[in-house]
Amino acid sequence: MIDKRIASCANAVANIKDGDTLMIGGFGEAGSPIELIHALIDHGAKNLTVINNNTGSGRVGLAALIENGQVAKMICSYPRTANSLVFPELYRSGKIELELVPQGTLAERIRAGGAGIPAFFTKTSVGTPLAEGKELRNFEGENYVMERSLKADFSLIKAKQADRYGNLTFNKTARNFAPNMAMAAKNTLVQVNEIVELGDIDPENVITPGIFVNALIEVTQPQQESQLVQNGMSYPEINSAKKINQGVKEV
Amino acid sequence: MIQITKKHDIETVTRIGWSREQMAQRCAQDIEDGSYVNLGIGIPEKVAQYVPDGREVIYHTENGLLGMGNSPSADELDPDLINAGKKPVTAIAGASYFHHGDSFAMIRGNHIDVCVLGAMQVSQAGDLANWSTGDADAIPAVGGAMDLVAGVKTIFIITQHTTKTGSAKILTKCTFPLTGQKVVNRIYTDLCVIDVTSKGLVLIELAPGISFEYVQKRTGATLYSAASLTTNAAENTSNKAQS
Repeated sequence: MIDKRIASCANAVANIKDGDTLMIGGFGEAGSPIELIHALIDHGAKNLTVINNNTGSGRVGLAALIENGQVAKMICSYPRTANSLVFPELYRSGKIELELVPQGTLAERIRAGGAGIPAFFTKTSVGTPLAEGKELRNFEGENYVMERSLKADFSLIKAKQADRYGNLTFNKTARNFAPNMAMAAKNTLVQVNEIVELGDIDPENVITPGIFVNALIEVTQPQQESQLVQNGMSYPEINSAKKINQGVKEV
Repeated sequence: MIQITKKHDIETVTRIGWSREQMAQRCAQDIEDGSYVNLGIGIPEKVAQYVPDGREVIYHTENGLLGMGNSPSADELDPDLINAGKKPVTAIAGASYFHHGDSFAMIRGNHIDVCVLGAMQVSQAGDLANWSTGDADAIPAVGGAMDLVAGVKTIFIITQHTTKTGSAKILTKCTFPLTGQKVVNRIYTDLCVIDVTSKGLVLIELAPGISFEYVQKRTGATLYSAASLTTNAAENTSNKAQS
């Protein structure tokens, strides 16, 4: 019997250890697994390396995880947004490390990690500060820089539908990094809007095959990061925390 | 009230050459029918509004959508459907969604025809600097710019010809950290259109009332005049104030 459904976000993140490397899906708020991130804040694992395109916004989700002092290093392409309240200050005071990676190189490093490819060559960043110290190789008269793959102990992602085998579909541009991240982690934890019966997802429409998924948590009404930010909410503030977690449906 | 009036006066006095809208409009004339196009944040985004009627163009946004449509109405707004600037968008009939790996394979793999970006500096060799001033206190952020310039077939730049303080942005060599080397094909500024060629920077078109000399004075590299140089008007503007 294969059944990847797990009772709660708290159960799903329970095995994350201090010092682990995590990939967290999302491009801005689209695809950000906010309930899983809040469960990780409750869990408290520290000294984490987090791979995400950004660094969150406001004082919820990824930004709250960073503000809570649980992240030692960010690997990302664009660590600031209009609502970046947390990261800039920590970065300027030297309290968090940053590895800046071009967005496509970030995606490909993750994809390579999941595909068993330790390194690859790309033209992206050749002649720029982001290629400094990296091996250059000439192919057909053009220079390429060697980039190493990325792997993680856990990936935390958000999907639209799943069946108990872990087959996933996504919603629009909330897909972004999730399918690549699902492949690149030892453990992929998925918060999903709806868990359906086997066979309900047409195999032609499966985006992430279940082999890349370890745990599913149904969150039927996930919170929207932008709304929480707009309402000035923060996590884990006790009062707002209750409201924030209303969206979680325990299986 | 006084401040508003003052600002208005400055704009009136210094408004020569093309406006931001006109720069986008000029660039849009060069987007061919059938192109797959990626537009950067800022003035480049405006280009889509001005592509001439009758041309079918597909817009790519690197966060996983080919066939980006207009801004959504309040009813259509979906926080899961955004562009690379994280603004809500719509998807046209015939659009497709894909993950980041595939999205950047489209970019890196030379499948996107045109990318329009902004610039802090451009060199005569076509080097582009548009992600960092190198300021130690700045939070470095690069996004997809380095991938776009490395992989998209044609790179158009839209930029003011000089900085707000009047310094040249088009130079023999960029002083800011590069986004890419020898990547820019054409530059659209408020004053002119310049092609980056193996021989150097070739001025191919002037905004109304702008002279070659006026542009050269505000450029930190030697400009060559194209045989076919288009001058849109012949008024002498050389004595007008430029901040």
